Amino acid sequence: MYPPKFDYLRADSAANALELLAANPDAKVMAGGHSLIPAMNLRLADPGTIIDIGRVADFKFLSANDGYVGIGSGTTHAEVAASSDVPSALSEAAGLIGDPQVRNRGTVGGNIAHADPASDLPTVLVALDATISTVSGSGTRMIKAGDFFVDLFETALNDGELVAEISMNQDGANTGSAYAKLSNPASRYAMVGAAARVTVEGGVFTAVSVAVGGLTPKAQAAPSVGAALVGQAATADNIAAAAAAVQNDLGDDVMGDIHASADYRRQMATVFVKRALTKATERAG
Amino acid sequence: MGNYVGKSMKRVEDPRFIQGQGRYVANLKIYGMTHAAIKRSPYPHAKINSIDTAAAEALDGVIAVFTGKDLADSGVNPIPCGFTPPDIKLPPHHALAIDRVRHVGDGVAVVIAESAYIAYDALDLIEVDYEPLPAVVDAKAAAQPGAPQVHDEVPNNVSFTWAIGDEAAVNAALAACDHVVELDLINQRLIPNAMEPRAAAAQWDSAMEQMTVWTSSQNPHTIRLLLSAFTLGIPEHKLRVISPDVGGGFGSKIFHYAEEVIVPWAARKIGRPVKWVATRSESHMTDAHGRDHVTHCKLGMSQDGIFQALHIENYANMGAYLSLFAPMIPTALYHTLMAGLYKTPVIYGVTYGTMTNTTPVDAYRGAGRPEASYVLERLIDIASRDLNMDPIEMRRKNFIQPDEFPYQTPVALIYDSGNYDAVFDTAVEMADYSAMRAEQAAARAAGKLVGVGVSGCIEASGAGPSAAVVSLGAAIGLYESGAIRVHPTGKVTVLTGAHSHGQGHETSLAQIVGDELGIPISDIEVIHGDTERLPYGVGTYASRSMAVGGGALVMSAQKIRDKITRIAAHQLEAAVEDMVYDRTTGTVHVKGAPDKAKAFGEIAFAVTLANNLPAGMEPALEETSYFDPPNFTFPNSAHIAKVEVDKDSGEVTLLDYVAVDDVGNIINPLLVEGQIVGGVAQGVGQALWEHGAYDAEGQLLSGTFMDYAMPRADGFPQIRVGRTVTPSPSNPLGVKGAGEMGTIAGTVTVVNAVMDALAPLGVRHLDMPLTAEKIKAAIAAANGGSN
Ligand SMILES: Cc1cc2nc3c(=O)[nH]c(=O)nc-3n(C[C@H](O)[C@H](O)[C@H](O)COP(=O)(O)OP(=O)(O)OC[C@H]3O[C@@H](n4cnc5c(N)ncnc54)[C@H](O)[C@@H]3O)c2cc1C
Repeated sequence: MYPPKFDYLRADSAANALELLAANPDAKVMAGGHSLIPAMNLRLADPGTIIDIGRVADFKFLSANDGYVGIGSGTTHAEVAASSDVPSALSEAAGLIGDPQVRNRGTVGGNIAHADPASDLPTVLVALDATISTVSGSGTRMIKAGDFFVDLFETALNDGELVAEISMNQDGANTGSAYAKLSNPASRYAMVGAAARVTVEGGVFTAVSVAVGGLTPKAQAAPSVGAALVGQAATADNIAAAAAAVQNDLGDDVMGDIHASADYRRQMATVFVKRALTKATERAG
Repeated sequence: MGNYVGKSMKRVEDPRFIQGQGRYVANLKIYGMTHAAIKRSPYPHAKINSIDTAAAEALDGVIAVFTGKDLADSGVNPIPCGFTPPDIKLPPHHALAIDRVRHVGDGVAVVIAESAYIAYDALDLIEVDYEPLPAVVDAKAAAQPGAPQVHDEVPNNVSFTWAIGDEAAVNAALAACDHVVELDLINQRLIPNAMEPRAAAAQWDSAMEQMTVWTSSQNPHTIRLLLSAFTLGIPEHKLRVISPDVGGGFGSKIFHYAEEVIVPWAARKIGRPVKWVATRSESHMTDAHGRDHVTHCKLGMSQDGIFQALHIENYANMGAYLSLFAPMIPTALYHTLMAGLYKTPVIYGVTYGTMTNTTPVDAYRGAGRPEASYVLERLIDIASRDLNMDPIEMRRKNFIQPDEFPYQTPVALIYDSGNYDAVFDTAVEMADYSAMRAEQAAARAAGKLVGVGVSGCIEASGAGPSAAVVSLGAAIGLYESGAIRVHPTGKVTVLTGAHSHGQGHETSLAQIVGDELGIPISDIEVIHGDTERLPYGVGTYASRSMAVGGGALVMSAQKIRDKITRIAAHQLEAAVEDMVYDRTTGTVHVKGAPDKAKAFGEIAFAVTLANNLPAGMEPALEETSYFDPPNFTFPNSAHIAKVEVDKDSGEVTLLDYVAVDDVGNIINPLLVEGQIVGGVAQGVGQALWEHGAYDAEGQLLSGTFMDYAMPRADGFPQIRVGRTVTPSPSNPLGVKGAGEMGTIAGTVTVVNAVMDALAPLGVRHLDMPLTAEKIKAAIAAANGGSN
């Protein structure tokens, strides 16, 4: 595979990355390179310059404090998968990405900035109501995951703005989270991904947050499922009934391809939301 | 028992492969080397109005750009087809298309540049004016009236019709049967995907007028013959073809490919070495694909399940051009296997080979035989359900019995040996079949969809008796060469016309020669893959290397032993008849006097000194033999799989897999087990995941690994491998082929298991790959459309 010609620059700090970006408006930053390089090799992307942020220490951290966990955008999928500080849904999803090589190179920041509709992490971050912090020449911003993902391969990031950190609540007391995925048999990306976080107190759901991805142009919150479940007893029947409510939140734009039609994916949204809820509920207890 | 044969030994090749020291064509660096990239058609079918190469030629670093017309004008001939049944319509296959492109990926121009990067940049600068034409994709639809015509030379797109058996007799027998199972099925197109993409390089030596071609091929001599006698016309004594380390082939590297013509032609034209290495996307578009049959079949039987007659009508997709062996696969390697393990008295089969706007189809691991077993073993599976009979019991009732070999089938072949009940006994015991069925019953009672699948497959491997393959339509005989060269110090070079591309022949052939001569294998080097170093060879495919290539080496070893024995007798002043060659120690001694002995190394040195040889004897210790076997070998198998289907999603989980194969005598059990396990994975890949898919307009949908689903380790339980041994009488080692049975049986075994899981819902057949969606739809339909 032979990408078109490009220049290569390496940033050694977040500030340096922003400077280089400002000086090279045609540039793209590269973190793990596991989405950018394939696109260049297929000649779908042709940036004149690459700014490598893969070694920027400012973006490489994972720390938990006070029930809150912050993940530097340069943290690899493997590091997230191995962490017991992050919610189970996130480590579970990170562990299901690609293969070990991809998990050792690919980063959380790159994954969400790329915003592939078949990615696993956006779905989880929406369900976990994560906050995405960015840096740019004009300062920092905090964006809710639900607002960050805009459309197919499209985010709320402005030109010259970088993802710095992703943060969220840990799975607290009586709370569990989970991710369930119907993988594309070829690429292993999500054809349907479902993430859920639930809190169960006294055998009753007191908080439920669900999102789905893979079948819609962007990760999609499924508030109808939560609404159907909060206040209900944590039983298999209630979970199954509430899972079906995801259908209300899918919208009209469900995608299909040679591996799975839109109709089938739509049906599977219910099945995989049920699986995610079931696992999350077990973990809450 | 010798020191090596029959023992599991790790491959001598492994250290270089696992340390990244393999020598593949892509690793080749030659002084002055240039790089080629090929402009390929994005259209499945189009007229080429014009090609403008000016901008590409002007790019810095581009040396030349050539089109199909340049090749044709300089006298390059089309790529030939090597299997031509009577009345076949042979459309021309140009290395680069001239006025029409016929599949996505068809080459139209080649760029030669200082680097591969520049060559690829230049591709984007070539302007081709295409006029799109309607395309046809489906094997059967291509033969229907009004279908778009792929070649003017092939009316109705039917290149050939090949039939075997007495159709009237079969129809009469079917009409008289108590029960007839009738089935339409599709054996979907596969993309082989060897680990190493294809590659070719060439260097022209103008002083010596010699061409050297490096190619990732399974059979360098065949490529030299074709380059010389057909495509480029370079005389054979001026043409050297080298296939160095080759990273897998699975059949797809047998054929003479366009790039093997373009690269040497261009190297000579520009006077510099040229290298081309396929990208993975090019592999998907241009490596010969496999399978792609549309079949209608009928099996008739008595009420107690005795098979009476079999009728097969088959459309085989040849793709846009006839690849080297393409017409042989769905004919001589397909219909002739339809007897399976059974005594079905009358069989008729016909195949229509059709041209379509798709990548050419040719041999892919198993080549015709997986397709045959798929038809037969699916029919039997359905029959056993219809007649409420255990599928193993039904098969056993119809087996050819051990005392009936050699067995003449109604479809041309004579089976060499076998004991099918013994194979099944072993499989039934290993799988604990009755416990498996009991677990299945319990799971069903608990509302789960659990299935047990069984198959019994046959293969004709070790091709072949040259007379038989030529009479079936092949253009060349299929023997093999084997030479043994003993050096003065007793070290040995073994030269084989077989080729190793993952099989481990450098190990297994050394084991054979080590035992034949009684010398340590560390004293033996096996050489293959270079026309300059070897006698003529046929190459490796059809699981033929041990049976045929090994046979040739046994013959040469016998000649070496005879000569050593005569020299030892002479030097020890004993009669030749009184000498004993001890094959465990490599010494020759006088019968009854073990101390009157000569060692292998001593004789090797004595031969070189040549001062004490029997009168009239030539001094060298080097022998070459060609083995043309009297018959194919017929490996056979019993495989059993257990699966569970998720009711909600339709996903299949493979729970257990038992593979029992009778591949005759075994040289290296470790390597055979590797072949079986890898083969099963490939077979299951077809059953569950793989599909070389085109849309109706002829666009390749599974053009990368993002869309072509390869089998992966996490889709499998530990595959449990067992064996029985019925030696083959067809070669001196008593071996049968081991390379393809896993693939042949793996596919149908797992499909049968999934259909068994779905049987309570009344599902009779689903076409592969058995995707979750397809299964879920069948479950929903069985439940009256609800989920
Ligand atoms: C074989 C394979 C299988 C895969 N399977 C899966 C899977 O199953 N599930 C899944 O979710 N993903 C999968 N991926 C994608 C993987 O997760 C990638 O690592 C990820 O999508 C991109 O991360 P990266 O660090 O490699 O980003 P890069 O490729 O370096 O960058 C991707 C894009 O993001 C931009 N970018 C990178 N970092 C930042 C930043 N900090 N701020 C702003 N923009 C940034 C880049 O400019 C580029 O446009 C797979 C990838 C491969 C190669």
